[in-house]
Amino acid sequence: MGEDEDGVKPKRVVFVAVGTTCFDALVKVVDSQEVKDELLRRGFTHLLIQMGRGSYLPSKSIGYDGSLAVDYFTFSPSIADHLRSASLVISHAGSGSIFETLRLGKPLIVVVNEDLMDNHQSELAEELAERKHLYCARPQTLHQTIAGMDLKSLLPYSPGDATPVAKLINRFLGFPEN
Amino acid sequence: MEKNSGGCFSNLSSNLPITCFIAFITIILFRVLYVIYRTGKPLSRRATQQQPLSTLIVLGSGGHTAEMINLLLVLQKDRLTPRFYIAAATDNMSLQKARVLENSWADSSGVKGISAEFMQIYRSREVGQSYVTSFWTTLVATAHALWLMIKIRPQVVLCNGPGTCIPLCVIAFCFKMIGIRWSSIFYVESIARVKRLSLSGLLLYKLCIADQFFVQWPQLQKKYPRAHYVCCLM
Repeated sequence: MGEDEDGVKPKRVVFVAVGTTCFDALVKVVDSQEVKDELLRRGFTHLLIQMGRGSYLPSKSIGYDGSLAVDYFTFSPSIADHLRSASLVISHAGSGSIFETLRLGKPLIVVVNEDLMDNHQSELAEELAERKHLYCARPQTLHQTIAGMDLKSLLPYSPGDATPVAKLINRFLGFPEN
Repeated sequence: MEKNSGGCFSNLSSNLPITCFIAFITIILFRVLYVIYRTGKPLSRRATQQQPLSTLIVLGSGGHTAEMINLLLVLQKDRLTPRFYIAAATDNMSLQKARVLENSWADSSGVKGISAEFMQIYRSREVGQSYVTSFWTTLVATAHALWLMIKIRPQVVLCNGPGTCIPLCVIAFCFKMIGIRWSSIFYVESIARVKRLSLSGLLLYKLCIADQFFVQWPQLQKKYPRAHYVCCLM
């Protein structure tokens, strides 16, 4: 899988983010042997989990003997650095998390939390998946999604633009155009 | 003749309270119809071209504040001033993010002091709170909203979805009806709403309270034709 001169695999980090929520189902399934083996098979070397308010603690691992290195933390004031150094992001369906990742151009699997009462979040994830900007999965189907994903087929997301709204507001209030 | 006019006069004075009441109701009705008619019509240029407009910005947890800041970056901040930011009392991060934004604006323009204020408002109901206690907390929240609105009396209201904006927008609309302050209310539905409006959005749309209602996905524009489709902001 592309070893460099020292015979060491290049570091490819999978970053899992649940934001400020509690999403034990995702953390559990990511920590399962099935998913970890699949990630290894797809060439990833490190798994970093931001677990938020969850109560399930993953098992840390240094990753010797070629196994997946696993680490976790609860919160961070800014996950931008973690997103930047990741080769794959697996995120909860919060819009902030989704767009921060897409704007950095990182491949993204969004996992919808089925325990949330009013699950409007799934609408956004499904719409963006339909437009091929990311993959959308449920905790139970994450394993299949990882196995079958083709990250190169994802389309880049061009950042949105708030100026159309600004123009309409300016016109309504009678402000001259700048 | 005298007897007749005297008789008419006594009739009028005994019906005076009823007459006043009917007149009062009629005035209110006309005022409400006038406000509904003017809602959604752009402000006249002459009146507003020179003066900046005091602006209320409602922030919310999750993606709401990030989306609002994204919008504020492209608005004419010299004309939308002074700015008042309101967030729910239990939301710790939103006001902080707004402060950072205002500080960066103050730094770049070299202006000493900020023409912005940051306030917290009681929440009507916390997630999972019982509906019995929610009745009282909603009353308290509404009273608090009224208090804040009387202090601020904004000319522009910007909101994008959190429940905290409902009492504030309803009060702003009441201010228009009573004649305390005319305001322009702008609502941008969150980018996370693709097929269905949020409860806040639904209320403001159906009650015609927002002057301009923006949606970010075409599916919503089809369902709610009075909304303006503005593509994704993020």
